[in-house]
Amino acid sequence: MAVPTIPGGHALQALLRIAGYIDRVSWFFACIAAGLVLVSALISAGNALSRYAFDISSNAWLEIQWQMFAGIFLLGAAQVLKLNEHVRVDILYMGRSARAKLWTDVFGLIFFLIPVCLMMVWMGEFFFQDSFEVMEISASAGGLPLWPVKALLPFGFFLLLLQGFAELIKRIAGLQGDARFQTAYEKPLQ
Amino acid sequence: MLEYGYLAPAMFAGLVIFLLYGFPVAFSLSALGLFFGVIAIEIGYFDFNFLQAMPYRVFGIMSNDLLLAIPFFTFMGVILEKSGLAEDLLEGVGQAFGAVPGGLAYAVIFVGAILGAITGTVAASVIAMGMISLPVMLRYGYDMKIGTGVIAASGTITQVIPPSLVLIVLADQLGVPVGEMYLGAIGPSVLQVALFTLFIFLVATFQPWKVPALPPEARTLHGWALASKVAWGMIPSLALIFLVLGTMFMGLATPTEAGAMGTVGAMLLAIAHRRFNTPLLWDAMDQTMRISTMVLFILIGATVFSLVFQGVNGTKWIEHLLSAIPGGQIGFLIFVNLFIFFLAFFLDFFEIVFIVVPLLVPVAVGLDINLVWFGLLLCVNMQTAFMHPPFGFALFYLRGIAPPEVKSRDIYLGSIPWIGLQLILVAILIFWPESVTYWIGEEVLLDDAAVQDALDNLVVPDLAPPALDLNLE
Repeated sequence: MAVPTIPGGHALQALLRIAGYIDRVSWFFACIAAGLVLVSALISAGNALSRYAFDISSNAWLEIQWQMFAGIFLLGAAQVLKLNEHVRVDILYMGRSARAKLWTDVFGLIFFLIPVCLMMVWMGEFFFQDSFEVMEISASAGGLPLWPVKALLPFGFFLLLLQGFAELIKRIAGLQGDARFQTAYEKPLQ
Repeated sequence: MLEYGYLAPAMFAGLVIFLLYGFPVAFSLSALGLFFGVIAIEIGYFDFNFLQAMPYRVFGIMSNDLLLAIPFFTFMGVILEKSGLAEDLLEGVGQAFGAVPGGLAYAVIFVGAILGAITGTVAASVIAMGMISLPVMLRYGYDMKIGTGVIAASGTITQVIPPSLVLIVLADQLGVPVGEMYLGAIGPSVLQVALFTLFIFLVATFQPWKVPALPPEARTLHGWALASKVAWGMIPSLALIFLVLGTMFMGLATPTEAGAMGTVGAMLLAIAHRRFNTPLLWDAMDQTMRISTMVLFILIGATVFSLVFQGVNGTKWIEHLLSAIPGGQIGFLIFVNLFIFFLAFFLDFFEIVFIVVPLLVPVAVGLDINLVWFGLLLCVNMQTAFMHPPFGFALFYLRGIAPPEVKSRDIYLGSIPWIGLQLILVAILIFWPESVTYWIGEEVLLDDAAVQDALDNLVVPDLAPPALDLNLE
């Protein structure tokens, strides 16, 4: 990846390269998350049809729906952060200068996002361990194992944590004068 | 004021400050919860085990079948937006109504209601109707304040007409069945369409130059050609409405599955229109993933916030404050509606539903307020959030697609009468609760067990947090 010369020296260049790798990791999992949107919709429609047309229904197929749903937003969160599409209350934010917006994010990433992700990864890890140790399986007949979906909780927040560091690096590069990292923000569609 | 300690009021003040700061809401909310959680442990409101409930709460969101409807209905809306259905409907219906003054505006309201009954997202309706109708209105001399106003307002009808996403999310937070919310929404939807139509009728009667009829040369379709054009739009619409609402009301599908069926229907429609291709599909999947993630993360943030807020007796404090409002049920409802109307200037409906509604529910239950009625009041009220100048979403979309001749000022001023109509509707619903409850069958007042159940579900989606005595001695 060609990185144009910017003030800030080699350390920042190296960090930016790492941020670039993290971006790609987030993109990869976002593609999986987007794929889950289609697959879960088809499965859910199929469940409704087969139940009434053929009187067949299976707990495993019902459970896979919400497990995929969990995958959609936990695997997608990092990419949404990268795209700056987590919604903000922008009434004050909008009026700030580009530099002030960068500082808003630097502060927010360090004091809000990163601690929250650390906590969630840590607590989620225990939550997952408890389930993994007993190889927890859903209580309903023919249900799916629960531990893989529980692993998504710490994992999703871990991806978010990584992307948080990547964004922090980019904001700092922006403050150093790298024009690529401005804070274009548009309210997401609803 | 401070019977429940000072931490709850401090946390509430923190909520305002953290949100206004401008960092993404999801993380500001969680950080606020974490921050006050640590303070509360230090002071001794609860111990660390209390916070251990956090992953269970998040897991409650992950495993919530109802919330799965969010990506499905979003997906359906995004595909429909690109399928050409709105264009077909508007061209046919617009020509059919075009001969009378205000005809195009009636067509927009009518099509807005149909699109609303098919899908659950505002963006799709406003963008499609604005792209098609606004240039026509401009060409034939519509007053642009009326033109933009009717498009933005009709786009928001979709919020209250089933299968609205807002109603699903509200049902989840209120702890009432979605089916009842949908039945309760029938009356308000009809009233809303009637109010909008009446307004255009009044304009067309007293100021007909603002909403001229289409000249004959603009009405190119007649007789069979017109009928088939209308049918080409209406038949797939009715089929989709059946697929989603029909299967749900007949008990064939859960709301979530109905959303999935609607998605498949929307794809079939796009295929029939020869617009379906891989980039469209991938785009829709990607957009759906991003919107759903954004919404669900607000909910995660709000969950972290409300866990700690409960822990510091915040819920009791709010209950205590709100129960001091004079006027019983009506006084409470008027206050809450004014409050939400005000909040809607700054927050979007997801934020309001996830953060504020859980605080109001215990009080509403205490005052014996029917929660379906309460939910619909809030829903109609929050529709105004889409039309508040200058940040309202509907106006924002419209600004994005309006031809350059349309001034922003017209869009902003144009929204005002419709916000007024919306408030009239809120007032009607407050003083005529039967407009909601009639369709649900008999007055559904929750019995104590159901209320307890609703509260339990609301507070603890999955697993009970450790039992604690939360009073500060």
